[in-house]
Amino acid sequence: MSFLAVMRATLAKDLRLEWRSKDAINAMLFFSLLVVVIFSFAFEPTAEESRKIAGGLVWVAFLFAAIVVLNQTWARELRNHVLDAYRMSPASANSLFLAKAFGNFIFVIVLEALMTPLFIAFYRLGAIGPAWELLPIATLGTWALVVNGTFFAAISLRTRSREVMLPLLLFPISVPALLGMVNATTAVLTGEESARFWITLLVAYDVVFTIACLLLFETILEAE
Amino acid sequence: MPGPHPISDALPIIIADGVIKQFGRFAALRGVNAEFAPGRLYVVLGDNGAGKTTLLRTIAGLAQPTRGTISVLGAKEIKTVCSQIGYMAHPSLLYDEMTGLENLRYFAGLENLRYFAGLYGIHDDAANFTCREAIISVKLDPDLNRPVGQYSQGMRQRMSLARALLNDPTLLLLDEPFSNVDFHSAQEMATLLGQMRDQGKTLLVVTHQPGLLESAANEFVWIDSGKIVDRTSKLRAGTQ
Repeated sequence: MSFLAVMRATLAKDLRLEWRSKDAINAMLFFSLLVVVIFSFAFEPTAEESRKIAGGLVWVAFLFAAIVVLNQTWARELRNHVLDAYRMSPASANSLFLAKAFGNFIFVIVLEALMTPLFIAFYRLGAIGPAWELLPIATLGTWALVVNGTFFAAISLRTRSREVMLPLLLFPISVPALLGMVNATTAVLTGEESARFWITLLVAYDVVFTIACLLLFETILEAE
Repeated sequence: MPGPHPISDALPIIIADGVIKQFGRFAALRGVNAEFAPGRLYVVLGDNGAGKTTLLRTIAGLAQPTRGTISVLGAKEIKTVCSQIGYMAHPSLLYDEMTGLENLRYFAGLENLRYFAGLYGIHDDAANFTCREAIISVKLDPDLNRPVGQYSQGMRQRMSLARALLNDPTLLLLDEPFSNVDFHSAQEMATLLGQMRDQGKTLLVVTHQPGLLESAANEFVWIDSGKIVDRTSKLRAGTQ
């Protein structure tokens, strides 16, 4: 119970801080909006072409936008050294990690919910395959991005150029997940193949990396 | 050579045995051997870079000794006794975007988990009462509906002290509690620290204004180049 209580309190605190500052969500929204508009002008794709490229375009836009919120997630804890207060409390490291990961998940999901209608409008998208599969793809794909992103943001916390370091660490390790998200989304949009294999890959990826992050996070938090 | 150790029948609350702390090639602590008795107020003095903050962080468990051992409240694994330690650092350890009460309620939730297994960590009313009491004890208004980021530096210092007092700690580690605080408020804080010592708490206070604690302090601990070089019961002349 206490684990959940800390998680809940930390998540509520992070949501409250973001609601007051709106630093991350505004930056993410503007970034994604720019990607949608610029790419639609640059390519002017037909509906058929859109179905083939939209999977990659959407997820790359969300990945880059997620970097903004992931960089912010620990920056707040570093300001005034608040993380030291957490380290000195009896609360578990993993409850902090999961609260941060869930917080980032909520921010990115909100962004996706807001941006998806714009993607559909600008690229005249429509799914030929089973559209409901986009829901598990979005959920699993977003978790894959934020769980590793939260972890690597914590690793790069004490590095001098952490905003550059995070993408350098995160992007290579996210390649299998990105492959899963893009191919699963394209499969649903074009209806040419089943997305099941890629969804299973995303499930496996999420399970493995969530466990790995939970096992290693305390070491990262206590590192000087 | 370290000066005389405190005369006390009680077992030491802190025992440092050959503590060395290195940051790369630089040694911030170079073999600290010391014992600190319970229920006393120690004032830690030294020049900038002498190792005062590193010593406090090592006692708090925020820095691990490179060599040597440190035992706090009878435990070598300081994490196991962290709920009995209050730490006030040079930065405020508070969220600028939240009010003082919101900050303290969050930290109260983290601190009291071992003792209260409820879903909210501690009962809401009890948490509220504890947080308000801590804020009032440092002469601030708990109903001040302003984010900490908009506090004056002195108010922030006091709120930071309130956060350190929140878990009613046995051992209180304070790093520069009087910096940027006006003289009158600093005197009030010094009186409060003296009262805490009288209640049986142990205090280690790093300060460049030792004169404020001259009457309350039991001992002055002098650090130079990462070593405790002297321990005196009276403040040396010219170090007010």
